[in-house]
Amino acid sequence: MKCVVGIDLGSTTTKALLLTEDGEVLGRGITNSRSSYDVACAVAREEALTAARFAMLEHQLATSFHHDAGRTGNGNGTGGGSGDVNGSRPLETLLQEAFRLELYLDQLGHLRERIGELVESPQHEEWRNALEPAVAEILDGAKSHAPELFLGDAPRKSDFFRDLAGAAFVEGAETIAERGDAPFERLLALYDRAILDVETNLETRSFADLLRRATERIGEGTPGNGNGHLGTDDLARLRRVVDTVAAEPIDELAFVGTGYGRQTLPFPKESIRSEILCHGRGAHRFFPGTRTVLDIGGQDTKAIQVDEHGVVTSFQMNDRCAAGSGRYLGYLADELSLGLHELGPLALQATRKVRVNSTCTVFAGAELRERLALGEKREDILAGLHRAMMLRAMSLLARSGGIENEFTFTGGVCKNPMATKVLRELVDDNYGEAITMNIHPDSIYMGAMGAALFALEDLDAGTAGLLPTFVQEGGTTEAAQEVRA
Amino acid sequence: MTTPATDAVKSPSAPPPEAAPTPITPSKDASQLRQKRMIGEHFERLERAPEEGNKVVYTFVPGNLTELLSALDLLPVLPEINALQSGMRGKSRGYIGEAEKSGHSEDVCTYVKCDLGMKKSGNISPTGTQLPDPDLLLLSYTGCFTFLKWFEILREEYDCPVSMLHVPYQADGKITPEMRRYVVDQLERDVIPALEKIAGKSLDMDRLSEILELSRQAEDDLVAVWESAKHKPSPIDGYFGGVYYVGPIFSAFRGTEDAREYYRELRAEVEERMAAGRGPMTPDGELTEERYRLVVEGPPNWTSFNDFWRMFSREGAVVVASTYTKVGGLYDTGFRHDPDRPLESLAEYCLNCYTNHCLPNRVSLLEQYLRDYEADGFLINSVKSCNSFSVGQLLMLRTLEERTGLPGGFIESDLVDPRYFGKANIENRVQSYLQMLASHKKGPKRRSA
Repeated sequence: MKCVVGIDLGSTTTKALLLTEDGEVLGRGITNSRSSYDVACAVAREEALTAARFAMLEHQLATSFHHDAGRTGNGNGTGGGSGDVNGSRPLETLLQEAFRLELYLDQLGHLRERIGELVESPQHEEWRNALEPAVAEILDGAKSHAPELFLGDAPRKSDFFRDLAGAAFVEGAETIAERGDAPFERLLALYDRAILDVETNLETRSFADLLRRATERIGEGTPGNGNGHLGTDDLARLRRVVDTVAAEPIDELAFVGTGYGRQTLPFPKESIRSEILCHGRGAHRFFPGTRTVLDIGGQDTKAIQVDEHGVVTSFQMNDRCAAGSGRYLGYLADELSLGLHELGPLALQATRKVRVNSTCTVFAGAELRERLALGEKREDILAGLHRAMMLRAMSLLARSGGIENEFTFTGGVCKNPMATKVLRELVDDNYGEAITMNIHPDSIYMGAMGAALFALEDLDAGTAGLLPTFVQEGGTTEAAQEVRA
Repeated sequence: MTTPATDAVKSPSAPPPEAAPTPITPSKDASQLRQKRMIGEHFERLERAPEEGNKVVYTFVPGNLTELLSALDLLPVLPEINALQSGMRGKSRGYIGEAEKSGHSEDVCTYVKCDLGMKKSGNISPTGTQLPDPDLLLLSYTGCFTFLKWFEILREEYDCPVSMLHVPYQADGKITPEMRRYVVDQLERDVIPALEKIAGKSLDMDRLSEILELSRQAEDDLVAVWESAKHKPSPIDGYFGGVYYVGPIFSAFRGTEDAREYYRELRAEVEERMAAGRGPMTPDGELTEERYRLVVEGPPNWTSFNDFWRMFSREGAVVVASTYTKVGGLYDTGFRHDPDRPLESLAEYCLNCYTNHCLPNRVSLLEQYLRDYEADGFLINSVKSCNSFSVGQLLMLRTLEERTGLPGGFIESDLVDPRYFGKANIENRVQSYLQMLASHKKGPKRRSA
């Protein structure tokens, strides 16, 4: 299998996307952008490769299990519908879940190792005897509860190790602190320190190994997956498919990277494209009618105009102030002790219009507190804050030349239902209801998509960039390279 | 608005620090060395002015009446140039802080605050000499409202007279005989008598004409330097390099023998580069591959001048024409000081500052530059606190895009307040813009698969 790679290193998350030579999506991956950009890129790329392999796996499973009498595989190609083993959940989904679980357990192992080292340091000497059993208890607990996180349909609040392990650790540490066995702050400090190290060390991941372990886990019939055991024949067949997929080489032919603060991007100069160009191009690929793009990311807002080929013709960003970008919502969520994803739905419940003028992130926080103190409802204030934010985006759009049909909204903020509702209203008021407004559930990948499209173009032009060395030398394990080779 | 004319930063005609190519000619530094000497001598003259009994006039770059001052042996001080030089030397932040302490708002033109802060810090010139107090404040251009307020404040600080020349705005895009007459009348009735009073002598019109003739010669050579950028590759950068070239002519030296020689030398150096097919000098040495030809509107940022320049030069982008280098005279559209019509041509000079032109004129000028210099696109550096420039710039951007079909870029920074220069952001915009140009140069053929 041959592909090109696009990576979008954002301030919050890092995304990777693989395209085949024909421009079809082969796989996508996302991770949190942590303090090491190298690692974030390597992990996102690994995730995309993993996704690509699962896509192959799905295809193979459909072929191998579909024609088997007595099975109910639907083999519809997308959405994980291949090779149902016992009629309830697709085999590929079970494998994905078990794979994620194995990966999480590996990462927990790294975390345990690192915390173990930290506890040995002199600063913890006084508390060592209390900390050691406490940490063991917390991590044992995390390990034993891990299957509940991954197997079955249970929704996860996040897919990032940092968030999942952090939640488990905090919960365990609270229990221990309540018993008076060890202080909560000390335990949490250990986690905070260790997670940084674990996150910035390139994890060693072998797709083949993880997938084989996942297969065996399914073969044994893990409690909680609701599927029971695989028959001996099925298991043998599954092992063969897994080995085939794991051994299938994926050759990366070209690479382009983009992202914020690109001077520090760990990519070769000739492989870097402006995120503005990438977002415009990506949005145009998702919605070919696109002429205007609004992208609201973690730390800036871009208004982009593109032509019928997806080439950027004009753009506007604010140089002197980043008010009203995604971080604005993040800050408000923190102020209210809410999850970022809870803000929009809460604001939608507003019954009264509250006018908020400030789009300065810090002032908005102050305004929020003041209005709460005056007795106004959270949802009403939040609705006003969303509106203030989108008014600022409208001003930027006007500066860039206004909205042309079709209009595509991208970036993390487009997942917020209140933001999109307000934007739609403002577009209707200012540009008329005839404007088609596109929002794609995968819009977070638009930058990476644009980068991958540029990589394809480089490939055609004979100027394909090479993959950054960090990925080849330190980014993957020997096992993973062996799989790819 | 103004020009750097200083040795504080490496001049574009200075040799690169490393990997210098074979020198073109031994005289290649002549113009640079001359400018440096001229500036040094001028500040020394200013320092000695009180003891030597010379009178000092503070004035602004746009619409400056340098020839009139030198005909009366008056020495000019240009606060805008001091401010931008302080910016380049890393002193402006402190000066601005001083001005803010005494009550000047964060949103005021940062040249003003830098100048006031410098005054409050002892009025030491950028070259380290003591600046004398003014005997007169000559406000010979009223197109910038901030200038009025600036000198109003300086009048309080120095307790000295102000002479004001009201310059009508070119609202209809042209200078009418009535406008010219109005300015000449003010020169005759108010400005010249005020200057004569300070100088203690009468204006000698013959001497004024001789000085204006020297101005005219230098102006001819400067225009030749600008137009060299029509050549491919351009031997000059008409913005980052250009601000050095306008040093003498926009400041204290127009109409001097030194300035005439400076422009003669500069023209010869540039023509030699052009003949040899060489590109412009940059902070990293000579530009070897001209990849983009740009037109730039708006003043540069001075606090990160070389960083800002490198964002262009390292991508092979050359500015072939700019409007900022015309704030002290639009010579390339035909204006010359005229020894036969001394006061009339001084009036026309004041009326013809770039920022005294209406928006349609400014758009037309940019459009003409884009065509004449065969540029790939244009970029606007918008400085919010400089209203003379920034008002209407977005409209200019749209109009130019529509008229020429060439891509425009828009960035925001400041003159001398380093707090308003976000390097990562600006670099992001500049690179995005240049990549956008590259996409356009490639043409529409692309795969959307």
